[in-house]
This record gives sequence, structure tokens and C-alpha cells, in this order.
Amino acid sequence: MVKNMSNHPSLLINNLAFAYPDGNQALYGVNLRVEKGERVALLGPNGAGKTTLVLHMNGIHQTMQGEVFIAGEKVDAKNKDSIRSIRSKVGIVFQDPDDQLFMPTVGEDIAFGPYNMGKRGSELDAIVDEALALVGMSEFKDRPPHHLSFGQRRRVAVATVLAMKPEILVMDEPSSNLDPASRRELADILRSLDVTIVMVTHDLPYAHELCERSVILSGGIIVADDKTETILRDGKLLGTHRLELPVGFTLS
Amino acid sequence: MGERLYIHRHSVVHSLPSHVKIVAVLLFVLVVVSTPITYWPAFIAFLALVVISSLAGKISILTLSKRALIEVPFIFFAILMPFVGTGEKFELGPLNLYRDGLLAGISIVAKGTLGVLSAVILSTTTTAREILRGLERLRLPTIMVQIASFMLRYVNVISDEMERMKIARQSRGFDATGVKHWKVIATSAAALFIRSYERGERVHLAMLSRGFDGELPHTEAKSVGSATWLKALSIPALALITSIFFRMNG
Repeated sequence: MVKNMSNHPSLLINNLAFAYPDGNQALYGVNLRVEKGERVALLGPNGAGKTTLVLHMNGIHQTMQGEVFIAGEKVDAKNKDSIRSIRSKVGIVFQDPDDQLFMPTVGEDIAFGPYNMGKRGSELDAIVDEALALVGMSEFKDRPPHHLSFGQRRRVAVATVLAMKPEILVMDEPSSNLDPASRRELADILRSLDVTIVMVTHDLPYAHELCERSVILSGGIIVADDKTETILRDGKLLGTHRLELPVGFTLS
Repeated sequence: MGERLYIHRHSVVHSLPSHVKIVAVLLFVLVVVSTPITYWPAFIAFLALVVISSLAGKISILTLSKRALIEVPFIFFAILMPFVGTGEKFELGPLNLYRDGLLAGISIVAKGTLGVLSAVILSTTTTAREILRGLERLRLPTIMVQIASFMLRYVNVISDEMERMKIARQSRGFDATGVKHWKVIATSAAALFIRSYERGERVHLAMLSRGFDGELPHTEAKSVGSATWLKALSIPALALITSIFFRMNG
């Protein structure tokens, strides 16, 4: 069915709708296409359905209507075999690193994903070392996560999913709670990675700094999809969807 | 918390693999418990063995005794035992004591203390993580090891959260002083419970996202030579010999 993976977009979402069991509808037909190697910011106010959308990308939420494809492979929460391969392709970095880092040491935590993908022994060790090097945390391999600063924990959280060699990296509020230096360090790391990135955020300057393209999710649909610069210049559009540039921030 | 008990040193006791140490401590406690208290010289020998192991582990006797104080609330009832009971009585100064109660009390205190001391040596020379690895190697059901290791990971996160809630309460003029404040404390505890529960769900979600299917990775351990076992088991072995010696001659 899938002959040449490289021709497929990293992420393709067709007409995705979703309602929670309590009847609260979160998504009303979302369409989104993200090409390989792109960095896209997914902007939206609180409660826009951003997290719900993210949890569809790796089959945590079962699609009710519409389809999601990762590198051409359909996400089907019911198909156990394909879901394993989907989850190795979609690396989600959650907002609170303490939710993501649960093993006793940093090294073991990074090994968790690749281990589940069947990697063992020296191959596993090499993957862990490589992922740690990518985020500049090599010397912290044997430390327990709670001894690290928040910024360091966020970087380790990124490493835990990089270790799975994902097709697409999905980050939920990557800049939240970071001090300015950690924020810049993380941006440098993200820019250095050769991977498709979808960044869920309402930190507009960060989106501008890292992503060429932005989409706005509001009220369960994509209401804008354009160059980040164009979107950020449209004050009326931002205002309608409860997004604002920080006071004093001007686009150069 | 969690790692606070461990004191980093380089000693023969520190270098022993954790599962070997756990087995040694268990056997030692078994020998101590099964020796009747009436063979009291044996207990002096046991104490000597504990002190020797402690010194071999470069733990000062002061540290050892301080940490053993955790036992105090547990032996409280043992101290009462000579005063209540039935049977033969005798006078000791101004006190009127029961012989059986006194013996039982001393037995609990002596055996309990030896057990606590050996556990203190284990926890001071072995990180909590290593103890869990040791239990895993000793084929403790994985689910129990997993629960314990999650607890070890999150006990800090949750105690930090508890501390922040406490500071936030105090910042708004609340200080728990008596029973009338228990309601607020209970509400905070409930909030903490809900938060921890929700965190548990988020952690599980994060695990699923990385392909978790019920099995945690475990590190393959090197096999342990008989010399190492011999070194560790020499302590319970000596205890056993002492116990048997005093029983045959007592």
C-alpha cells in the first residue's frame, strides 16, 4: 500500500471531529497537512481543542469521524500492531516533564521508549547516549530526574521522545515555565533537530522564532493557516481568537 | 526523600550487590528471631556482628544508633509489658514486675533493635534504587517492584506539592494549631489525592505514547560469584553458629 514513505506528508488530518463521552464536542472537522521537515506552530486559546487534537495523532483518542495519517500510515486506535508503529513515529513531549519522566534515572527514562520498540543491549545504550547528546544532557545520564532544574527536565523530556527516532515531534507548550536562558537553549536545540515539529503553544514570539508556518485552532476548527509572520501581523484575527502578542513586542 | 538514607562511601559493604545484601540481612534477622532470649550471651555476639558490619561499611556507631531511633514508637508497648500480665511476680526496687512480661518485653526490644540495626546498615550502604533492583533479582513480583519504583520517583514530586500547598495556606494567614484546623488539612489532603490521581493518569498517557504495553525495562544484571556470596553470608552464618553454640552449651 505504502510504497515510498518519503512522498507522504508527516502528518495529514482529514475532517477530524471528536466529542468527549460526556457530550462535550472538542473538534468539529479539522484539516491539516504538515510536510516532512516543516516546523508548524499550532496556536489557539485555552480550551480550543489543541490537546485533544494532539492525542489523536498517536491514537490515544479513537477517531470518531475523519482520518489521521502519520507518514502515510493511518492512525487506528483499535489496531494494536499499527498503533505501536504509530507511537514510535509520533513523539509527544507533554507540558509537565514530571508526567513524562517517571523512571528512576534519566538514562533509564530515555531507554523506556526504545525498549518498548524492542531495542536491547548495546544498541539501546547507543540510542540513549545519542539522544542525551542531542539535548546537551550527557553528563546527567545517571541522575534521578528530580535533581534536575525544570529547564533540564524539559530537555530530557525532549530526549525521551527523540530516542524513539520520531517522524514528527509534537510539543505541548514547550516554552511554558522556562526562564529566558532555558527558553533560548531549547529553541537552539529544536532548530538543530532534523525532524518535523508541531508545536502547540500560545507563546506567539516563540512560534515566530521557530516556525515558518502557523495554524490557529479555535472552537474546534482550523481558522487560519498561513506564514507565522502574516498571522501575527493580523491583529484582528489574533484578537478574535483570544491571542495577543506581548506588550511592546513588534515584528521586525 | 527516597535517597536521603543512603550515605555514599567506598567500602566492602557498599560494593556488595544489593540482592546479596538483602538475603544476608533477611537470614541474619531470621537467626536472631529464632534464638530464645534466655541465651542472652548469643545476643551480645549478634550485636558485635552488627557493629562489625557497620564499621566495615564505614558507618559510624553514632549514625547507626541515631537512625535506629526510628524504632522507638514501635517498642513502646514492649516497655509496658512487664507491668501488665499474669503469672509469677517479683520486686525490682520500687517496681513490681511480671517475670514473663519482662522476658517477652526484653525479647521484643532486643530482637527488634537488632533487626532495625541491620536494616539501617542495608539502607545506609545501598541506594533505594539498588534495593529495588535487588528485590527484582530476587524474583519479587514485578508489579510490586514497579509500584515501589513509581513511589520512589514521585514521593518527591508529591511532597514538594504538599509543601507548596502548605506555604500557600500559611501565606493566607493559616497555621494549623489544633483540632479545629483539621478540616482544612483534610481538604488539602483530598486535593492532593485528586491531583496525584490525575498525575497518575497523565503519566500513564505519557507512557502509552511511548509504546508502553505493561512491561518496564529491566537491566540485565551480571551474575554474582560465590566469593561475593560467601563474604555477605559470613555474617548470618556466624550468627547461626553462635546461636547453636549457646544453645548446646546453655
